[in-house]
Amino acid sequence: MSRLLPFLGFMLLAGLFGFGIWWNTQHDPREVPSPLINKPAPAFNLPRLDDPTQTVSKASLLGKPYLLNVFASWCVACAEEHPTLMAEGSQLGILLLGYDYKDDPGDAKNWLREHGNPYGEVITDRSGRTAIDFGVYGAPESFLIDAKGVIRYKHIGPLTPEVIAKKLQPAIAALKKETP
Amino acid sequence: MRPLLQWLLVAGLTFAGIAHSQAIEPLPFKNHAEEVRFQHLTGQLRCLVCQNESLADSNAELARDLRLDVFQQMQHGKSDAQIKQYLVARYSDFVLYDPPLKPDTWLLWFGPLLILFGGAVVVAVAIRKRNRDGVSVEAPPIDNGDDW
Repeated sequence: MSRLLPFLGFMLLAGLFGFGIWWNTQHDPREVPSPLINKPAPAFNLPRLDDPTQTVSKASLLGKPYLLNVFASWCVACAEEHPTLMAEGSQLGILLLGYDYKDDPGDAKNWLREHGNPYGEVITDRSGRTAIDFGVYGAPESFLIDAKGVIRYKHIGPLTPEVIAKKLQPAIAALKKETP
Repeated sequence: MRPLLQWLLVAGLTFAGIAHSQAIEPLPFKNHAEEVRFQHLTGQLRCLVCQNESLADSNAELARDLRLDVFQQMQHGKSDAQIKQYLVARYSDFVLYDPPLKPDTWLLWFGPLLILFGGAVVVAVAIRKRNRDGVSVEAPPIDNGDDW
């Protein structure tokens, strides 16, 4: 038995090593879980991309759930995500609110013209000041906000058909059950 | 002639100042103590984009915005603890390089002690077994291959 001990110790370490590798394939170590889940979304009041004289605020959106999708024309992963939003955005059954993050409005408009516009509405945060309140640290990020203005779910990184089917749709269905 | 020269000199210095400020992005500190406090505070905060860099070191766009935010909060008389609380509320404890002691982090803080304790138990058991078996350290047990 005592002879086996070093071997067992080695196997234990090898197992731990393998577990670490497996864990990192399942989890993104860069992903920081938001402390804002199930807390009221921060108040915001931001100009619309199509008409900067008009603003959209948190208060004006109360009453209906919506998906706030942070994107930017300079963001590579957003272009990756975009076809998914184009294909499935209208099937979500809630407002898809585009949040143009630290972007030049002209660039954003060109980008949407080129790639298509999946959004029901687009607001712009040129300074990125409001995004700090949302805890945004890298586009794309998506926040599911309920009718009472509470953040119910957040996805960091591109939305994929898989994420939409497995995480987002169930979360939206749960909201619909609460507020018929 | 002289006024023109003076004007040119002033203009030149002004533009040089602007070019310089764009290059190194200085914050208008009131005094050295404030700058030291700022550097100390941002050195304790983690940049969310380049996660192995502090807010003070990082060149990421978001880090720049957050540095400005921290600076403005300092101008408004917020304490270090208040500023940290503000960032933790948005970005979770992850922004702190020094994790706070709370039930969630007990394993992190006391895990090493636990492992040390486990090792001590193993050693104690092994020594006891040797003493009971009456084997001295100088003379290891004769291996007859029974344990295979």
